[in-house]
Amino acid sequence: MLWLGVAYLGALAALFITSLWGQNSFTGEIERTWTLDNFRTLFTLDVYRTITLRTIGIAALVTVIDAVLAFPIAFYMAKVASVRAQQALVIAVLMPLWASYLVKAYAWRGMLSDGGLIDWLGAPFGLHSPGYGLTATILTLAYLWLPYMILPVFAGLERLPRSLLEASADLGAPAGQTFRRVVLPLAFPALVAGSIFTFSLSLGDYIAVKIVGGANQFLGNVVYDNVGAANNLPFAAAVATIPVVVMLVYLAAVRRTGALENL
Amino acid sequence: MRKLTVLAGACAMGILVAACGTTDDGGGGGGATPTSGAQFTPPDLPMQKSLGKGEGQVNILAWPGYAEDGSTDPKVDWVTPFEKETGCQAKVKYFGTSDEAVTLMKTGDYDVVSASGDASLRMIAAGDVAPVNTDLVPNYKDIQPWLKDRAWNSVDGQMYGVPHGWGANLLMWRTDKVDPAPTSWGAVFEKDPSYAGAVTAYDSPIYIADAALYLMKTKPDLGIENPYALDDKQLQASIDLLKTQRSNVSEYWSDYLKEVQAFKTGNSVIGTTWQVIANLAESEKVPVKAILPDEGATGWSDTWMAGADATHPNCAYEWMDWIASPKVQAQVAEYFGEAPANPKACDYTADKGFCTTYHADDKAYADKIWYWTTPIEQCLDGRTDVQCTDYGRWTQAWTEVKG
Repeated sequence: MLWLGVAYLGALAALFITSLWGQNSFTGEIERTWTLDNFRTLFTLDVYRTITLRTIGIAALVTVIDAVLAFPIAFYMAKVASVRAQQALVIAVLMPLWASYLVKAYAWRGMLSDGGLIDWLGAPFGLHSPGYGLTATILTLAYLWLPYMILPVFAGLERLPRSLLEASADLGAPAGQTFRRVVLPLAFPALVAGSIFTFSLSLGDYIAVKIVGGANQFLGNVVYDNVGAANNLPFAAAVATIPVVVMLVYLAAVRRTGALENL
Repeated sequence: MRKLTVLAGACAMGILVAACGTTDDGGGGGGATPTSGAQFTPPDLPMQKSLGKGEGQVNILAWPGYAEDGSTDPKVDWVTPFEKETGCQAKVKYFGTSDEAVTLMKTGDYDVVSASGDASLRMIAAGDVAPVNTDLVPNYKDIQPWLKDRAWNSVDGQMYGVPHGWGANLLMWRTDKVDPAPTSWGAVFEKDPSYAGAVTAYDSPIYIADAALYLMKTKPDLGIENPYALDDKQLQASIDLLKTQRSNVSEYWSDYLKEVQAFKTGNSVIGTTWQVIANLAESEKVPVKAILPDEGATGWSDTWMAGADATHPNCAYEWMDWIASPKVQAQVAEYFGEAPANPKACDYTADKGFCTTYHADDKAYADKIWYWTTPIEQCLDGRTDVQCTDYGRWTQAWTEVKG
């Protein structure tokens, strides 16, 4: 608890304090004088609102896509597959996590390029690669974070007693109704847990965007550009507080649903 | 318990806020306070008086292609002979933009850096680089006189480095996809549906100067005299032009290898480049051509500077002398595709016409390139009736352009 307080809250506090400092735009030296200029810039310039909304929107979309993809896979793993198949599937889901993030992102860059794998596969159907851009980013992020959604949902569904499904069927509920009234409510906390992973990971991502996102930028890129390029740490810190606030709001909302208590 | 922790955290934050830093009572202040760039006083840092024995290592921060050790191409290697001769093991780090170089120099981990004009003064003002004692660099005397004591490498007659070479940012295109061959920057700035979605541009705020240069030639009524001295109206016009271009851009590049790859796959077919990138692409059998367009171009004039906190200062001087020597100058210049600062290099180039092609001895030509310079509030073109936009504003504008 002490560690959490010092290391985590301390870092957040340092971040917040830095965001209130100024910077000498010529030498790039930080000027330790209190100012709200960074936040003023952040709120008055349209471009940052656009970037924030784009980042949140895509993080949400990636989360939804991952949830939709992960649910049937996790359900099959937990309730249908034999023990041996289940183990194999868990390993298969974990396997991509052993490969480096960069390798996977660059693999997508190769596949999405003009004349790449996706172009080649789509050619017989008259389809083209979406090229580098937001679609490519969504695809890549959804791929990268899928295991983080499958695993909690799988764990949640595994705890769901099979007898409940049978009881529901015995009482005459069709499969759809069982899913809606029994499986989904019980698996909801697990879905929420997974969504915290996929949402927060997407929210903070900037590398995948740099590699396959074309000319688009996320909040992470603005932070990166301000640290790496402009060397404006105070402004970067101000931008970095946005995802922190978004996550706090998200966690508070999740907490209200009671999903966290049921984990 | 959880509530308590949150509360404690909030308190800690409050206490820290109250305890750290000073309150700015100058009213407003902070933010991006510009330092007068033209008349700044550099921190008083000691200059090396004499050269001692090498320390056995040197940490080099360089533009890609400036410190090749044969790992890119076995034939391109002037770092290994340096190591053999001086006993200084070279650790090289490449950077993609001047901003990155400025940031990395702040770590104090590097002994020597190749700085362009948009980085050099910022490093000097921040005290990250020390004055250079040119008497300790024997090859310095051979450097072109018109590259010495310039605004971007010296302050009040004190040199802060050894000139390296200069060149222009070029326009490159895929010869099989772009027809007819372009001759103007208009090909990347004007709306041109045939290349829509396949234009590339340099990912740095300094690229705004490229747009300003184009406007300087095509929209004379804006009154741009120097692409690095833009008032609010002129900056806005440049931003608008870049926003038009944005819809045609496939991606911005700062990683030179990423640009080579994008041209190879055809995701980018036209855009701004360096000669070394064009050479690399050609070596990978990509049909590209690079030219200096009619409007002229922005460019760089680079200087090797010594880190103020260098842990290997003697090896840093050895390196500066090595890189300024005629043979090495010839190798770097030919590999990177730029004019060498040392005219004696022209005797050693593999291509005998190299120095003529790159106008190495041609001061008049060199004066036509708009070298990267850090924009500051005092207009660099000498206007005193308006305030110009500084680099902080450019950085913000660049974020706006990318959207």
